Amino acid sequence: MSESQVSPEDFVEILGGLREFIREAVIPLEREIAEKDEIPQSLRKQAMDLGLFGYAIDQEWGGIGLDVVQQAELGIELGYTSLAFRSMFGTNNGIAGQVIAGFGTETQKQQWLEGIASGDIVASFALTETGAGSNPGSMRTKAVKTADGWSISGEKRYITNAPIADVFMAFAKVTDETGKAKVEVFIVPSNLPGVTVGPHDKKMGQAGAWTADVHFDEVKVTDDALVGGQPGIGYKAAMTSLAKGRITIAALAVGQAQRVLDESLAYAAIAKQGDELIGNFQLVQAMLADMQVGVSAGRALVLDTARKYQSGEDTRIAPSVAKLYCTEMVGKVADLGVQVHGGAGYIREYPVEQIYRDVRLLRLYEGTSEIQQLIIGSNLMKQKLAEN
Amino acid sequence: MRIVVLVKEAPDTYGERFLDLETGLADRNKSDRVLDEIVERALEYAISYAEKHEGTEVVALSMATEDATASVRKALAMGADRAVLISDGALVGADVTLTAEVLAAALTHIGYDLVIAGDQSTDGAGGVVPAALSELLDIPQITKLTTIELDDKAVSGTRVIDRVTLKLRAELPAIVSVTERFPDARFPNFKGIMAAKKKPFEVLSVADLGADIDVLAKPRAIMTEISAKPPRAAGVKIVDEGDAGNQLAEFLKKNQLV
Repeated sequence: MSESQVSPEDFVEILGGLREFIREAVIPLEREIAEKDEIPQSLRKQAMDLGLFGYAIDQEWGGIGLDVVQQAELGIELGYTSLAFRSMFGTNNGIAGQVIAGFGTETQKQQWLEGIASGDIVASFALTETGAGSNPGSMRTKAVKTADGWSISGEKRYITNAPIADVFMAFAKVTDETGKAKVEVFIVPSNLPGVTVGPHDKKMGQAGAWTADVHFDEVKVTDDALVGGQPGIGYKAAMTSLAKGRITIAALAVGQAQRVLDESLAYAAIAKQGDELIGNFQLVQAMLADMQVGVSAGRALVLDTARKYQSGEDTRIAPSVAKLYCTEMVGKVADLGVQVHGGAGYIREYPVEQIYRDVRLLRLYEGTSEIQQLIIGSNLMKQKLAEN
Repeated sequence: MRIVVLVKEAPDTYGERFLDLETGLADRNKSDRVLDEIVERALEYAISYAEKHEGTEVVALSMATEDATASVRKALAMGADRAVLISDGALVGADVTLTAEVLAAALTHIGYDLVIAGDQSTDGAGGVVPAALSELLDIPQITKLTTIELDDKAVSGTRVIDRVTLKLRAELPAIVSVTERFPDARFPNFKGIMAAKKKPFEVLSVADLGADIDVLAKPRAIMTEISAKPPRAAGVKIVDEGDAGNQLAEFLKKNQLV
């Protein structure tokens, strides 16, 4: 795993700066983002200036070069506000950007990473299909070899940032001479003939974060579009990007849970029933206590997972454990947050109402909770059997 | 072109602020310590100007205890080229006249074409340092500006007062002060934060300035009494028993609120 390019002292200041930015510049815009279903351009510009599009990309390519533990801490901080805000640069740092950063050739890195790190290029990760959500094995998008490259055809679904993407990391199956199919990943600029992006989906939550269908209709790319320059990399690139991404999702869940707790505590300390603050009722205190336990446990788990991923000790089971626990935890915490608010928790002007809907996605994307259970269970068995 | 921005650490106005009733000084350790907001706006102007005009150096100058380093460093993270902090035990509790004398000596030491300050700090709110510096350095001052235009020879700007907008201009070198109407400052970006540690940061004592400043030579402003702001009295609660409207009108009239 790559070492951090940012000293612990500098990172403390970066984290402090980000916290100030989120509280002063992003939180005041949460309602606007949700109501307009759009991130204001001025906020996007500020995020670019801050360095948020490339915090996980090496300094060599113009990024900040945070290590996995630092990324997790940053993720908790980013999770404190609208998830749509993070989603805007999430694919650049995460699943899409990491495909090129981790598996691209030098030429591919040179061509794309600087723009991705600055935010001038939006990269999107096109893996999911209607019949192939959490299992890339059943993917139907195909890439067929042509004289000087590849022809890609297929349909992708729920692709984050697709409507604003400049480039897709497009996953497709390639069948070799022996008839065996393997998943490969191609760098596909969104302006190539044959690439069509559907209207953005109307979702339950996370307004402002756009997803859409992406159609590839005999899209012609040259040989150098194949990530890594040779076959056999796609599946590993997908799995690696997703595993690392799971730590980020877990971190975001902890940030959202912390926000729900803070909002609920603040509400419990001012709202009254009769002459009594609701926070003085023991049943409300019990809910606050359960929320705090979830937040504390989640935070400890995310940071421990990031450390194990960073050291190489566990890059497979731990990220799934963290994602499973933290995303389920934030679901419960958000539910309790609404409950503490009573009727107010069902009203749009209170942040917990939005968070309740927004965090539902965390249990679905980048591997559902059930997929995490399968990854954890099957790998535990694999390890045990290997011992025998 | 060298622009020196006078920067000051102040207790965060968004949090609670405390006064030490024995010394009469702000109890900075009890509050979040930040760069004063007005100062950030002044810095924003200087840094933006420097970004558009090659050969412009932005220097952040402060007089404070040495533990204000982190706040002053924020000026570097935002984009100032270097910082100078005048820190001297003899200056603790300095009034505005002594502060101005020290800053004048520091400005002479650094050299400047334009000095930019906030029109008044959010803690002391004295608002006289820019005028005192103008006097001590014998340079023109144009104060309380809401816009600035700058070229190699002169600085001009707008001051808005009741129903009147004044256009003011001064030959360089000069000192200007700006109001909170100036645009919001940028947030220091991640690369700026990392670069800040590598930028020159000088900490100087009064003696280092080589100026003849005798802290005790003349009488300064002396605080004779200090007291905390009285807590807010309980409000008047009007219970509507059919005559709340009349009671409210009476209250407003009695307190000359209408």
